[in-house]
Amino acid sequence: MRTGHSTVINDGSLPASQKIPAATIQSFLQDYCHTLDDGEIDNWVGFFKEDATYQITTRENRVKGYPIGIVLCEGRGMMNDRIKALKNANIFESHTYCHILGYPSIQSGDKGLLAVRTNFVVYRTMYTGEAELFASGKYLDLIALDNDGPRFAERLVVLDSRRIDTLLVYPL
Amino acid sequence: METAISCTQASPGAIAQERPPLEDFAWPEEGVTRVPFRVFSDPAIYALEQEKIFRGPVWHYLCLETEVAHKGDIRTTWLGETPIIVTRDDNGEIHAMINRCAHKGALVCLKDHDNQRSLTCVYHAWNYGLDGKLKGLAFRKGVHGKGGMPEDFDVQKHRLEPLRVEVFCGIVFGTYSPDTAPLQEFLGEPISRFIKRHMDQPLKILGVHSQTLHNNWKLYAENVRDSYHATLLHTFYTTFKVNRLDMDGGIVLSEKKWHHISYTKRATLQADQEYQKAGVHSAKYESNLEGPELLGAWDAFEDRITHSIQTIFPSLVIQLTLNSLAVRFFVPRGVDKTELFWVFLGYENDTPEQEKMRVMQSNLTGAAGLVALEDGCINSFVQRATASSPDRQAFIEMGGRQTESNESSRATEAAVRGFWHGYRQIMGFDK
Repeated sequence: MRTGHSTVINDGSLPASQKIPAATIQSFLQDYCHTLDDGEIDNWVGFFKEDATYQITTRENRVKGYPIGIVLCEGRGMMNDRIKALKNANIFESHTYCHILGYPSIQSGDKGLLAVRTNFVVYRTMYTGEAELFASGKYLDLIALDNDGPRFAERLVVLDSRRIDTLLVYPL
Repeated sequence: METAISCTQASPGAIAQERPPLEDFAWPEEGVTRVPFRVFSDPAIYALEQEKIFRGPVWHYLCLETEVAHKGDIRTTWLGETPIIVTRDDNGEIHAMINRCAHKGALVCLKDHDNQRSLTCVYHAWNYGLDGKLKGLAFRKGVHGKGGMPEDFDVQKHRLEPLRVEVFCGIVFGTYSPDTAPLQEFLGEPISRFIKRHMDQPLKILGVHSQTLHNNWKLYAENVRDSYHATLLHTFYTTFKVNRLDMDGGIVLSEKKWHHISYTKRATLQADQEYQKAGVHSAKYESNLEGPELLGAWDAFEDRITHSIQTIFPSLVIQLTLNSLAVRFFVPRGVDKTELFWVFLGYENDTPEQEKMRVMQSNLTGAAGLVALEDGCINSFVQRATASSPDRQAFIEMGGRQTESNESSRATEAAVRGFWHGYRQIMGFDK
């Protein structure tokens, strides 16, 4: 079921009390990007359920069915470790992201989750002043609707390119 | 698994005319303990490397045998800057050739991977067998009796330029040069033995990606031989109080010093009976990790070596990080740009649990590797700071001035000196 901006998702798989306008999902996805783009890295894990999976992989790995991509976190613990590592351990030149999201397509998934696909591009600006297209691809999300609002049960980031410029330290 | 496949028709046709050595260039008299910065940014030296090393008497990584496992499989890759095709023909034989049509020089294969009965250049439909021999071409006899190739045109005189190929432990190596020693001789005994340790069973690719490095390829070749920097630059282990620094380890250089093995052994924390019986066991390190499953591991080898980096001159690396087995190879993309490819591996007979551990541990290395991501940028720092001072030089005396194995310490740059030893020899800079 594709939804327009004002569509209410309710095909029977969600309780009537959880009718979610597409705008709510879109707002959630935008908040995620703005959080990362504003450098509020400590708030990143808050977008995920406790046992959520976050993976960055490539189109090539997906097509070939390879389980390893570029990043895999199973649960918030591993996500927190990544954040702690980049803040305390990893060495890299400072840079910022700017995410540009496409319009999400939202479908009902299993177990009351929403299956959402959103195309994206990310520009990276280095401290040298250089801005460049860093990544393009699609987010394939499973979003849970709990009492606190939407949360990712799974966020799969599929990059179009096999190649990362220099390194990837901040989540996409 | 160890097969040797030779192609006797290797031609040096790709080799440019011998050029005079760089007249105004001399290596510092201190030898391998100094590296002139000029070698990282001089286009003339870069061009000479393509000739002396990448088109020279050296075996180069082309791909894994499993990538051309079936008849008709085609894999494209690079040897230096030259595009290469690797195929498996109908007889099961592996071939490698330059990806350049014998007619006008167009690329013949355009995909990373393919499976075809033959190779056809899309430009004028010149058609080659999987062994690279020309089979036929469109309009050879002309159209309606007019046009076409001259009477004396001989298909046997036009083919895709072949490379010599040898396969060892599932790795396909190629060389242009008829002068390259047999592969086993090129690798030498300790290096061959260590490759067998990791690769001598059916391999399974678990994931691939690559990284653009904004530095000369030799800085990465140094970096992977540099055990001195490992616990200084990469502080993930110390930050998370993962007990690693007291591990035994050492450096082994190949007989000719070109290749090396750097290894460490996990501390004795898993010697308990329960672990010995369990076979596969998720050993939890005492650490501050919230997600300790990242470091779950099992002892896969009796020698207790759990971390190793093995280099094969000039641009191949085989690594074991806990149970994460990977091949890295790097391709020069210009004097100050390199593409680093990662191929994460397991074995065909891994249990699902073992494969899962390899998948989790892949987080440690690669473009976003918690332990290794610094390597993506560190050499660009060297590139940027040295490019303006070609007359200055690096100082490489950690562990002394010798270029010898050291099985008691990794606080040495012996393997880095080994790389420069080989580089100077093959480039003619040691005279």
